[in-house]
Amino acid sequence: MTAPASTSTLDLVARFPNIVSPDARPGFSGFIVEKDSLIEVATAIRDEFGFDLLTAVTGVDYFPENKMEVVYHAYRTTGGPGLVFKVQVLRVDPVEVPSLIDLWPGVDLQEREAWDLMGIKFTGHPDLRRILMWEGFEGHPMRKDWKEGFYEEDTKPFKSRWPDGQFYMAEDKNPFKDNLTFPQNFDPEKWIPEGDALLYGALARYTVKQEDGFSTDRIVINMGPHHPSTHGVFRAVMTLDGETIVGLKPVLGYLHRNHDKIGERNTYLLNMPFTDRLDYFNSMTNNFGYAITVEKLMNIPVAERAEYIRIIVSEMTRVQNHLIFIGTLLNDLGAMYTPSLYAFEERELILDIFEAISGARMMCNYFRFGGVVRDIPDDVMQKIKGLVHERLPAKTDEMERFLSENEILVSRMKGVKMIDAEDAIRYSITGPVLRAAGVPYDIRRADPYGIYDRFDFDVAVRHNGDLMDNYLIRIDEIRQSLRILEQAIKQIPQGPINSQKPVYQVRVPAGEAYGRIESPKGELAFYVVSNGKPNPWRYHVRPASFVNLTALEKISIGNKIADFVAILAMFDIVMGECDR
Amino acid sequence: MYGKGILKGLKVTWVRFWDTYLEDISWILRGKKRYYTEEGVKHRASKDQKGIFTVQFPEERLILPEEARYIPFLVYNEKPDGEKEVLCTSCGICAKVCPPQCIWIVRSNDPTTGRPIPEPTEFYIDADICMNCGFCAEYCPFDAIKMDHDFEIASYERNVYNMEKLLKPSSYYQSIRPQNFAREEEARKAKEAAKAAKAAGANAAGAEAMPAA
Repeated sequence: MTAPASTSTLDLVARFPNIVSPDARPGFSGFIVEKDSLIEVATAIRDEFGFDLLTAVTGVDYFPENKMEVVYHAYRTTGGPGLVFKVQVLRVDPVEVPSLIDLWPGVDLQEREAWDLMGIKFTGHPDLRRILMWEGFEGHPMRKDWKEGFYEEDTKPFKSRWPDGQFYMAEDKNPFKDNLTFPQNFDPEKWIPEGDALLYGALARYTVKQEDGFSTDRIVINMGPHHPSTHGVFRAVMTLDGETIVGLKPVLGYLHRNHDKIGERNTYLLNMPFTDRLDYFNSMTNNFGYAITVEKLMNIPVAERAEYIRIIVSEMTRVQNHLIFIGTLLNDLGAMYTPSLYAFEERELILDIFEAISGARMMCNYFRFGGVVRDIPDDVMQKIKGLVHERLPAKTDEMERFLSENEILVSRMKGVKMIDAEDAIRYSITGPVLRAAGVPYDIRRADPYGIYDRFDFDVAVRHNGDLMDNYLIRIDEIRQSLRILEQAIKQIPQGPINSQKPVYQVRVPAGEAYGRIESPKGELAFYVVSNGKPNPWRYHVRPASFVNLTALEKISIGNKIADFVAILAMFDIVMGECDR
Repeated sequence: MYGKGILKGLKVTWVRFWDTYLEDISWILRGKKRYYTEEGVKHRASKDQKGIFTVQFPEERLILPEEARYIPFLVYNEKPDGEKEVLCTSCGICAKVCPPQCIWIVRSNDPTTGRPIPEPTEFYIDADICMNCGFCAEYCPFDAIKMDHDFEIASYERNVYNMEKLLKPSSYYQSIRPQNFAREEEARKAKEAAKAAKAAGANAAGAEAMPAA
């Protein structure tokens, strides 16, 4: 279990008296930093204390106290617990906090998200535009006083459902049969999307250069949102010089549904099936992340057998995710369908197991606080054993025979640089992309959660940081996952599968928790603030795909547009998680 | 040699291509049917599968595991006189634990006393909003709401199910989830036996206590 570093282990307060004070609220931890000294303190945290990986930037709206808070979670890439530091500002517009973009460029998209959803202005951010909502949107939806289109009550369960649940359809109550609120005097006919002007303006910073008396034009290209290689509805606006990318801005939010807001309306348990829909390939690991976060808040143990079941299902999730990754990567590179169908074949077998134990192939909803919902029956266990011991190792070898030495693939991917180790850390990249750049940082080893500390496995790492390494590291990770699976299957004890009684209304004491897991795509983390009520006060997801995309601009510039497709494929993004 | 890797890879597809036919022939030689039989479908979803793994839907169907879940339904017991005994007591737990809040229940009230009686007057499930999470079935204390296996519900209208559409007999429940049904029946019988034993014990204790008083 991860725990933020306690006050005693760090002398941040001694280093910065009067500026930094420990967060004394019960259930909370970390340090509160004076707003004006944030950059100074953050520099020290990075350079003196060695917390070089800033993973999450979270805005919290403490509406009753008329305060807004920005919470930063920093970790050391050498491993160990993290450091939480916070800035508190009065909740009076404009809410301004200094941007940390010069220290950690990886905060770029996260600060834009906090601005978009919370209305926290990060001074010094060069491109603070809305990111998930559309440009004409009024207000900041994650603020506690903002209400959505079909707003009914602050918290579920809604009183209209029982005992007198006269059915109506929400869209019938809305006069326009639409789920939008417009600013006053808004006329869609006359509206000019300022956002686009800003977006293209942000790209125009790249100056046109004259060479040999010839003037060359730069072309702006919109790739996506409807492009088969963007893995959903992702749009990249690029400026091209010939075939070389000289400027790029990612445009997100096409699949945005404000998962965080839904999460704050829900009770703790009700969030579990919603997390399935984040990264819909890996619902088991999403469940895992959320479950350990709330367990940390509730301070409850997990049943021993359930711990093993959790490892088994999340490692199988990793195997199938990486297989799909290889399949879609080859699809993107032009090897249409054969590799991806070979990958899907193994995935089907894994999903069969998920269906047998959880009831659904993709939206598993399998984890509960304190354990899992259902035991793995013996016949399914036999199936898992068959897969882990016989089929999957053989198929991984086959996959490698099939692709890894293919000259076309190799010449396409070898030497196309993704990112080097130093930049990867600065850009808050986590997961296989970071490890392929040569940083052996895996949360399963660096900051173990669950019972990962009991297993013998290697952190897969490659050192070139090119596309080929990013592909090969997935195969390495499949092999390591199979190693963990073999041990887990051997060691799994008999016993109960949940340490708690199956209740639908859990009691969660006040406090905060940041639970992070190594999802197949990188660090998936949940930041949950409880005020003792049945619903979380703040529920924030830190998805791996979203934060990893911050570096897309940096990586793509200088590469060819054809390689952009491969670069994007390497991030293995899932828009369900990215846009939330 | 340039091209060796490609050839190595192509060998994989080559082997895979022939696997389907070799597998077919081996099934024929063993006198078994590989297609359109339960055995064949099961084999294609097992670790020993080789070659083609597709299932010819809708002629062939994957065998759903017992725990597979789709839209919920309400269970009723058939009484000998043909009357339906609805197990739901309209306690509202399913409505409270429904993440997208798609369950709507109107509780029955006794017309004379105005007190609630344990059965629903109306029960709606908005199947288009339902996210098939299975919480309602999991937390129902009366085993009255269960998850169905029928996934073919596409229609041109909004799928709002009322009581009539939702009610299915317990024999249907038994047919799709035999193990769960057996487990629940056993638990119910044990509970009833315990209750009867307790009642008998209380009666006996009462009878003993009487003369002393």
